[in-house]
Amino acid sequence: MGGAAAASRVSARRARRRKVDPRVRRRRATYWVFVYGAAIVVSLIILAPFAWLLISSVAAPRDLLARPLRWIPEHVTFSRYQSIFHGGLNDAADTFRAALVNSAIVAGSSVAISLAVGTLGAYAFARLRFPGRRAGLLLMLSTYMLPPIAIVVPLYLVMVQLHLLDTRLGLILVYCSFITPFVLWIMSGHFRTIPRELEDAARVDGCSRMGALFRVVLPLARPGILATALFGFLLAWDEFLYALIFTSTTHSKTIPVAIAEFTGRFTVDFGMIATGGVLAAVPPLLIAFVFQRYIVGGLSAGAIK
Amino acid sequence: MSGLRLRERLARRLRRDGWAALALLVPSLAVVFGIILYPLLRTLWTSLFDVNSPFPGHYPFVGLGNYRRTLANPDFWAAVRRTSYFTVVSTFLELGFGLLLGLLMNVRFKGRWILRSIVILPWALPTIVNGTMWRWIYNPEYGALNALLTQVHILPHYRSWLGSPFLALNMVIVADVWKNTPLAAFLILAGLQTIPRELFEAARVDGAGPIRSFVNITLPLLTSTILVILVVRTIEAFKVFDIIYVMTRGGPANGTQTVAYYAYLQAFSNQLFGYGAALAYLIALFILGFAVIYIRLLRQEVEF
Repeated sequence: MGGAAAASRVSARRARRRKVDPRVRRRRATYWVFVYGAAIVVSLIILAPFAWLLISSVAAPRDLLARPLRWIPEHVTFSRYQSIFHGGLNDAADTFRAALVNSAIVAGSSVAISLAVGTLGAYAFARLRFPGRRAGLLLMLSTYMLPPIAIVVPLYLVMVQLHLLDTRLGLILVYCSFITPFVLWIMSGHFRTIPRELEDAARVDGCSRMGALFRVVLPLARPGILATALFGFLLAWDEFLYALIFTSTTHSKTIPVAIAEFTGRFTVDFGMIATGGVLAAVPPLLIAFVFQRYIVGGLSAGAIK
Repeated sequence: MSGLRLRERLARRLRRDGWAALALLVPSLAVVFGIILYPLLRTLWTSLFDVNSPFPGHYPFVGLGNYRRTLANPDFWAAVRRTSYFTVVSTFLELGFGLLLGLLMNVRFKGRWILRSIVILPWALPTIVNGTMWRWIYNPEYGALNALLTQVHILPHYRSWLGSPFLALNMVIVADVWKNTPLAAFLILAGLQTIPRELFEAARVDGAGPIRSFVNITLPLLTSTILVILVVRTIEAFKVFDIIYVMTRGGPANGTQTVAYYAYLQAFSNQLFGYGAALAYLIALFILGFAVIYIRLLRQEVEF
């Protein structure tokens, strides 16, 4: 990709433009106006609700309840963010802070466990020949698609007996049960894209199968592992039904549950819920923005939720 | 090297592979089935009894009675109808807009990466935050939608968007489509990028306009992508729970009560655990059916 190539492309385009007849040129101009117009309209439709959420989180309550509505608030306040980070002001802020911490711990731990166990299993599915391989992989995929409502009641009773109700550990274990099948499915696809020859070469050089897995295959699969970890994190961060039923206090309540709880109440300042929403949205949005390439690649590889 | 020795070595390798595979798979199997197997069987067992409290005890065995009761219940069928409406409308809108958006993102223009970065954002937004955000936008007294529509004089006065059953269902669909269209768009984009550009050039040389080449080249080559989107979105839409819970709690007048939400209410509000379990199994079976279709579709594409 040299500057020379770009320059020659530009001059070729100029030469072409000189030759085209005005009608074609006009049609081409209409086309570009349409493309840019569509891109701008789409961006506005997508960004407007985000913008409103952000504005609501910093607008003074008076501005939020004004009629006619003031789109740009007269009084901007960051006190809600402050009360979540420094605490003390009100019940909602304290709950949100605890819930953000819980969500981070639960999502982080369940992804770490699922990746550790799932990557090994995925390697077996991708590389080893054994009876029931395909059936096993399909069983895992069906497990991943299983609606939580089908197991949530007995699971609740089990958690009561094991004293895991309203604990982060209980939630982490439950989350592993759907993130691990996801890891198995996605990682076995990734492993299959790594040439077998590299591994064979390592084994000829005296590596054991496990040695080849850890020294050759896993380092090569690093982008895939990263993408899988990101997707797993988003899945766990987003999960709602299990968290709703298995948690009840700030010991383990996750951020979606905290937000849903305050959304149902009328006494809470809506700006506070918007602030919680913004903070809950920041980690996944950052992940999607920064690792866009991995995410888009992963989406088309079957990492669908 | 004789054929026999080779076969022997293969057999030995297979045996060794089997043990290695088992060793590698045990942790995953333990994590997954250790957690879900008992609840899954227990739900099946519960669905055969008339269980109406969370406490252990003796409950009358009713066989398939709970399933029969479900299938004879008009409330259940009303929930099925609403879920079907939600599923069909949201899936087709997401597919339609996703197709247009995928085509737009595939055009080479300056700032395309900005558009892609923006389009991925709703997909990443947590479902509950999405529902809360739209509920606030739809707010009957202070909502941004009412303010916008009255300020540009489309609407004479504020209205309650989530206040009547059918309108509420449609407004939830709008929120769902806003969030899930990007997924369809990125899948379409990935599908478009596998189509060789030469095909379009050849079509242009043959005198085909953009619409003809879209209908005759793009659409046929996107068939499998489109099917994947339809099946995946159908599965997700049929399971819809989170956004309903946070936006309407199934109301008003049960107007947004979907099957997953209905099953949740039967078990957790009405304590009809046997009935709820039968419902949950019916939903799971239905989704399993779609999962089988999904797997068939994928099998055509990738070897696994």
